[in-house]
Amino acid sequence: METVCFYIFALMALTGAVSVITQRNPVYSAISLIVTLFAVAGLFLLLYAQFIAILQVLVYAGAIMVLFLFVIMLLNLGKQPPKVVKLVGLKIAGGVAAGVLMLTIISHLLGGYSTGVLGEATPEAVVTEGSTELIGKALFSDFVLPFELVSILLLVAMIGVVVLAKKPDQEEA
Amino acid sequence: MISLTGYLILSAMLFVIGVTGVVVRRNAIVIFMSIELMLNAVNLTFVAFSRYLHGIDGQIFVLMVMAVAAAEVAVGLALVIAIFRRKGVVNIDEINILKW
Repeated sequence: METVCFYIFALMALTGAVSVITQRNPVYSAISLIVTLFAVAGLFLLLYAQFIAILQVLVYAGAIMVLFLFVIMLLNLGKQPPKVVKLVGLKIAGGVAAGVLMLTIISHLLGGYSTGVLGEATPEAVVTEGSTELIGKALFSDFVLPFELVSILLLVAMIGVVVLAKKPDQEEA
Repeated sequence: MISLTGYLILSAMLFVIGVTGVVVRRNAIVIFMSIELMLNAVNLTFVAFSRYLHGIDGQIFVLMVMAVAAAEVAVGLALVIAIFRRKGVVNIDEINILKW
């Protein structure tokens, strides 16, 4: 059952990802990306990371994708004029480079093995305690400084976005 | 039960598809989406390791990555809007005022 689910989600994720980079219309790319994000959320569920899976759906498939679609609609990118310059050579080179990267990563993966000290968050602990509780405990004890820094990062990003996206000043224009 | 390598290979594939998108596509918004794909692949790696090494730290990292991704998308799309206001394009071939 788990294996079947893994292959279904993996197929969904890969199909969506390929569709993201092959669609001509950015709106279709965004929809394909949502499919991929949901599939990855399903994989998180299979990995006993329920909290992260919910967050994936809420933050990525919800907030971030709404932002993408909003900007696409705002800029009215649906009907792009056909490309004047065709960069076929560049595309082939990019594809070849990506293929080589893929082969490198997979050869390393297949040749290597993972080591490490096993922690306490076994699937049984996740089931009995809940992944939210485990993450909360870690986040507010060992990782409290990074957590606060992330809030500062988000504040800075918010201010930056407001400054960037507001209408240019009258005298400047 | 799927081995750790299965998840790692899947996330490598997603990452490489994202890299291809960044290299091949010319639309700035699609490039941002490809970056999201890469970040998601990394998240999948983190969670897979977290599951197979029974640690919760990987999931904390995923939280941080998600926050950074949200900030990056917001700032990036604001930049795209600002550039679109000035030049009327989102095609990165035509945004070359920093090139000499």
